[in-house]
Amino acid sequence: MRRTPRDTEATSRSVTRRALVMGGGMAAMVAALGARMRFLGVEQADEFRLLAEENRINIRLIPPARGLIQDRNGKLIAGNEQNYRVVITRENAGKTDEDVQQVLNRLSHIIPMTAEDLSDALKALKRNSAFVPITVADRVSWDDFSKIAVNAPALPGVTPEVGLSRVYPRDSDFAHIVGYVGPVSEKDLAGLENPDPLLRIPKFQIGKIGVEKWMEDTLRGSAGTKRIEVNAVGRVMRELDREEGVKGKDLRLTIDADVQNFVQARLGDESAACVVIEVNTGDIIAAVSSPSFDPNLFVRGISQTDYSTLTEHDHRPLANKVVQGAYPPGSTFKMVTALAALEAGAVDVNTSVRCPGYLEVGGRKFHCWKRGGHGKVDLQRSLAESCDVYFYDTAMKVGIDKIAEMGRKLGLGQRHDLPMSAITEGSMPDKAWKREKHKAEWVIGDTINASIGQGFVLTSPLQLAVMTARIASGKMVAPRIIHSINDQPVDIAPAESLGLEGSKLRAVQMGMFEVMNGANGTAKSSRIVDETMRMCGKTGTAQVRNISTAERDTGVVSNDRLPWKQRDHALFVGFAPADNPRYAVSVVVEHGGGGSTVAAPIARDALLRALTGTLPPLTAYPADQRGRMETLLNALQLRLPDGSQPAPSKV
Amino acid sequence: MSFLEYRLKLAPSGIAKVFYINWALILVLTAIAAIGWLMLYSIAGGEMDTWALPQIKRFGMGLALLFVVAFVPIWFWRSMSGAAYLVAMILLLVVEFFGTVGMGAQRWIDLGFMRLQPSELMKVTLVMMLAAYYDWLDDKKVSRPLWVLIPVLLIVAPTILVLMQPNLGTSVMLIMAGGAVMFAAGVSLWYFGVVAAGGGGTVAAVIFSEGTPWQLLHDYQYKRIHTFLDPSADPLGAGYNIIQAKIALGSGGWAGKGFMQGTQSRLNFLPEKHTDFIFTTLGEEFGFIGAISLLALYTLVLVFCIFAAVQNKDRFSQLLIIGVAVNFFLYIAVNLSMVMGMAPVVGVPLPLLSYGGSATLVILLAFGLVQSAIVHRPR
Repeated sequence: MRRTPRDTEATSRSVTRRALVMGGGMAAMVAALGARMRFLGVEQADEFRLLAEENRINIRLIPPARGLIQDRNGKLIAGNEQNYRVVITRENAGKTDEDVQQVLNRLSHIIPMTAEDLSDALKALKRNSAFVPITVADRVSWDDFSKIAVNAPALPGVTPEVGLSRVYPRDSDFAHIVGYVGPVSEKDLAGLENPDPLLRIPKFQIGKIGVEKWMEDTLRGSAGTKRIEVNAVGRVMRELDREEGVKGKDLRLTIDADVQNFVQARLGDESAACVVIEVNTGDIIAAVSSPSFDPNLFVRGISQTDYSTLTEHDHRPLANKVVQGAYPPGSTFKMVTALAALEAGAVDVNTSVRCPGYLEVGGRKFHCWKRGGHGKVDLQRSLAESCDVYFYDTAMKVGIDKIAEMGRKLGLGQRHDLPMSAITEGSMPDKAWKREKHKAEWVIGDTINASIGQGFVLTSPLQLAVMTARIASGKMVAPRIIHSINDQPVDIAPAESLGLEGSKLRAVQMGMFEVMNGANGTAKSSRIVDETMRMCGKTGTAQVRNISTAERDTGVVSNDRLPWKQRDHALFVGFAPADNPRYAVSVVVEHGGGGSTVAAPIARDALLRALTGTLPPLTAYPADQRGRMETLLNALQLRLPDGSQPAPSKV
Repeated sequence: MSFLEYRLKLAPSGIAKVFYINWALILVLTAIAAIGWLMLYSIAGGEMDTWALPQIKRFGMGLALLFVVAFVPIWFWRSMSGAAYLVAMILLLVVEFFGTVGMGAQRWIDLGFMRLQPSELMKVTLVMMLAAYYDWLDDKKVSRPLWVLIPVLLIVAPTILVLMQPNLGTSVMLIMAGGAVMFAAGVSLWYFGVVAAGGGGTVAAVIFSEGTPWQLLHDYQYKRIHTFLDPSADPLGAGYNIIQAKIALGSGGWAGKGFMQGTQSRLNFLPEKHTDFIFTTLGEEFGFIGAISLLALYTLVLVFCIFAAVQNKDRFSQLLIIGVAVNFFLYIAVNLSMVMGMAPVVGVPLPLLSYGGSATLVILLAFGLVQSAIVHRPR
């Protein structure tokens, strides 16, 4: 390049000047950068330090073990079982999709997996980050679990894991009382004001019905936490520290699992309910609704077919008939009418009524169940032989309001507070009730129907048991099912007296004694002959259809010839021992026929089972029944002492 | 006969040149690079092989290059300026059409042992070209419009090519470094005033016209500008990097979390942590003290350069040194403002720290030229 001469001294001075100006500019910028460093690293350091910690530290909840549920003797009803599952992590399974596919294929030869399971697992693996473990098989058996452990080298990325899941070892026996757990639904969350963060854990299970649901807070326990360090994409780097949660509290129920199982078996395939209750404490010893179902199915996720089978069954296995069923009590209600009348002074023990087989009121005939009538009956006979006309007449003397008052006093028409779902109030009608509910005036016919537990009166098996317990003890016993929490007995106040005069109460109890033990007692064939365990009771047969005049003239169609749905409900209430009552029982067999033939024998066996603590001894039965009873009792499919169900005997 | 050629006899020759090299400058540059190796080692989780070792090798290569360039007389480099500029332009054109697009949309040519980014090379050759131009140009003509237009074209041509890559950071640096050389060469301040006023006016017009009937850009274009200027409005997208960078820097506090203890970088919250955002790891692990020390070392390099430029009586050397210094300064200023959230994120590496071949080699090449100018200055 050609150069032209020029004054270099001058130009270099000019360059120097401008270079220094630029140097100044640079210095200013450097100062600004330094100031910014100071601002971030010194003045705002605390804030950024916090943000950095928030970035890296995640807090994870550790689900606590759920509390156990035991029967009154400590037998396990609901427990936690180790649940083996198989998880697979993509990044460890292989680099390419083919590798992962191959690992899954190998896995499917070791444990049972359908093609659908495989494609689901593959999809989930692709959808999630490479380090996220995906559950490919849940509830694998111990054998399969060990096979996977043995084959581990051929299954990169596959890890067998152990978790806890709820199990009900006495499967169907406690389905209605204890209920079952299931995954938290949106609906569950919506119902809670301040949901426990635990509930947000995927697949966390909470009680859905029964004790599991209503004692959820007690059983759940509280979550532990662990602080873990995660990187930018959420991979867990290490656990920083952990705080263990508090295990849920164990519950002990008042139920005796063996009595429960006996009654369950005794009810067989009937659509029925039976409650055994301790008369002084209100402890429910057994509360059986039949048929039942296996709650374990729900924990594992019930199949549509199984669910449809349960919902479409005409015996409604899902319903807890003990507290949800509202039945006309029939003649078992007669004690209420009798006590109301005695209390009001409308009748006394010796007042007698003539029964010609019907009572005509206002031109309408109200029939006694006995076509020819009972003749002259007093209180005791009317109970023993279940004369309807006596109670029609007595009820008219005392009036419905007094009867209803007595009914409520004995626990009818009210919701007993138990940790169970959909407990019915039943109905204990009076004049005000009818005005309110039906916008109609009470008529005398209503009183007559109510006097024998028909018409508007509806009761649940639980209410009937409570009523019987109150009659037997003369005390205001309230039913309870939670015996103790974490071995701390739940305090109960001693039941107050009903305030009924002893002689009147005894008159009614005597009537109930005659039902079982009198020469003409309606349930005398179900009597207990053992002196120490003799029982009192009352049969009931509730109509579920109207009997027309024409049918009555030609003879009432017997239950055997009616379709199942139109047959009468068989009811029975009772208690034993007669002289020193311990247990009260109520039995309702839907469309079972007569209370004396169907319900009373069941009640007797349940009482004997509760009283003796073993299988009912044959000596308790009348001699002529012993052979038949032996066969019946031996045929029952009872659980073995360890709670397992014996294999069905080969026919 | 020029002033330089007249004094030539006094220039050192042969091995004696070693004594004239500014060793302090080389020491500072090596110290800065060493900080970089330390950080690369830490970011790789305590592994040399990932980033630190390749970077040390490159620095070694660059240092060799520096000495070779320093030993060659500065007047040779002056006479090569035009050719170097042309080669760099041709390379820019080549990558524009045949290059490979990589991270940050910078285009490179794969040389086998390294990836050459012609845009980095252009930063040096543009400065050389302009210095040679003003060395050649008659002093009295520098502010005449025609003679101002030529260097403006020399700057604009590569800038447009780089902008098309698209590489906004390098484009800005080319314009500013070129402008700095023109400023140092004595171009009338009026030109700078007019350009500044024109540029400022355009920006003001664009900004203030938003939402008015005479709005100059489309709405979506404004939206892009807003995201660009204020990334925190988009914390998971464009703003994520800068927010995480600020957290890393700020959480370091006074003395930092300690070597290899930076959670933000170790747990991958930091983006580009070994390249453009390497400073954030320094700030996190060594705190304010570490950060300000690095800034001091950089400042020392700039001071050495300004001092060398002022001391030198050769016009080409003076302008070249100033151009290199401004380039170096721009790397630092743009990168640090970016990672500290003072400026939008544009892809500019932190000189000698960020992992990458082209920038390191080009920077050491440029300092080779500076050393050549120092060694061969008229005495």
